[in-house]
Amino acid sequence: MSIFKLDLVKINTGVGIMVSVKKIVLDVLKPHQPNALEFCRAIAKAGPDYRVCLTVLEIDENTETLKIEIEGNTIDFEAIQSAISDMGGSLHSIDEVEVKSEIDVG
Amino acid sequence: MNLLHQAKFLLRITRTHAIVRRYFVVNAFDGALTMLGIIIGFLVSTPADLSVIISACLGAAIALGMSGVSSAYLSESAERQHALRNLEDAMIKDLQESAHGKAARFTPLFIALVNGSSPLIISLLILMPLWLSDAGIPLPLLSPLYASIIFALLLMFLLGVFLGRIANISWLRSGVQTLLVAVVTSTLIYIFAGQ
Repeated sequence: MSIFKLDLVKINTGVGIMVSVKKIVLDVLKPHQPNALEFCRAIAKAGPDYRVCLTVLEIDENTETLKIEIEGNTIDFEAIQSAISDMGGSLHSIDEVEVKSEIDVG
Repeated sequence: MNLLHQAKFLLRITRTHAIVRRYFVVNAFDGALTMLGIIIGFLVSTPADLSVIISACLGAAIALGMSGVSSAYLSESAERQHALRNLEDAMIKDLQESAHGKAARFTPLFIALVNGSSPLIISLLILMPLWLSDAGIPLPLLSPLYASIIFALLLMFLLGVFLGRIANISWLRSGVQTLLVAVVTSTLIYIFAGQ
């Protein structure tokens, strides 16, 4: 209770709350090329500390359906979306999100 | 990603490595055989000035280069656009700005460059003895025309060796096969043009 009060005090005195995305799980459709490894690498390059886990769920004649889990300290969703698009992929849905709010002491 | 990596990546996603290699060998073969044919043609006809032979060969080499560039660009461009459209249909998405769109624009240019430069470069190499002789540099043992013919046969043998390495078969056997093609061609020219 006391901690909660302290947080409120800080917010009221002008200290903001920073919301950062820690984990997202995406449903993505991609062509067979680039392959899963290259696709994963391109997404990981979008941030400094991303951990990317890719699972191929379905393979069709020209495409593959993927589940991509990305974990990081502050995930930049736009950069990931851009990396997926650059590789010819198409983001179908965001299936899972983990977000953490922190007091921005800066 | 530097330019070389980018180029390799674009060739990989379009799976055009083998096409580039095929175009290189096929057109280098064309270039070598054409030069061999022209030089043997001059050898069996009334003696001509070396500058005339060089001009004729150079004309053919440039024409082969231009033909290689334009034909490969037009055909590959159509093929790549067709493949991109098929992929766009499957993805239900415009891929022009993606790596696939870039590849569809880049690979025809690259393939055209390879297709045009391989006969041109191999032709220029075969013409080297003629140029050297024309520039007044004496060639040991052989006349410039015979030196060019031997150079052409050697390059064709090397193309065979290259094919042998790709196919993972005996390089000697593959080299001798291409050399045999050159020898048969030369014999046919001697028989028909030498009369």
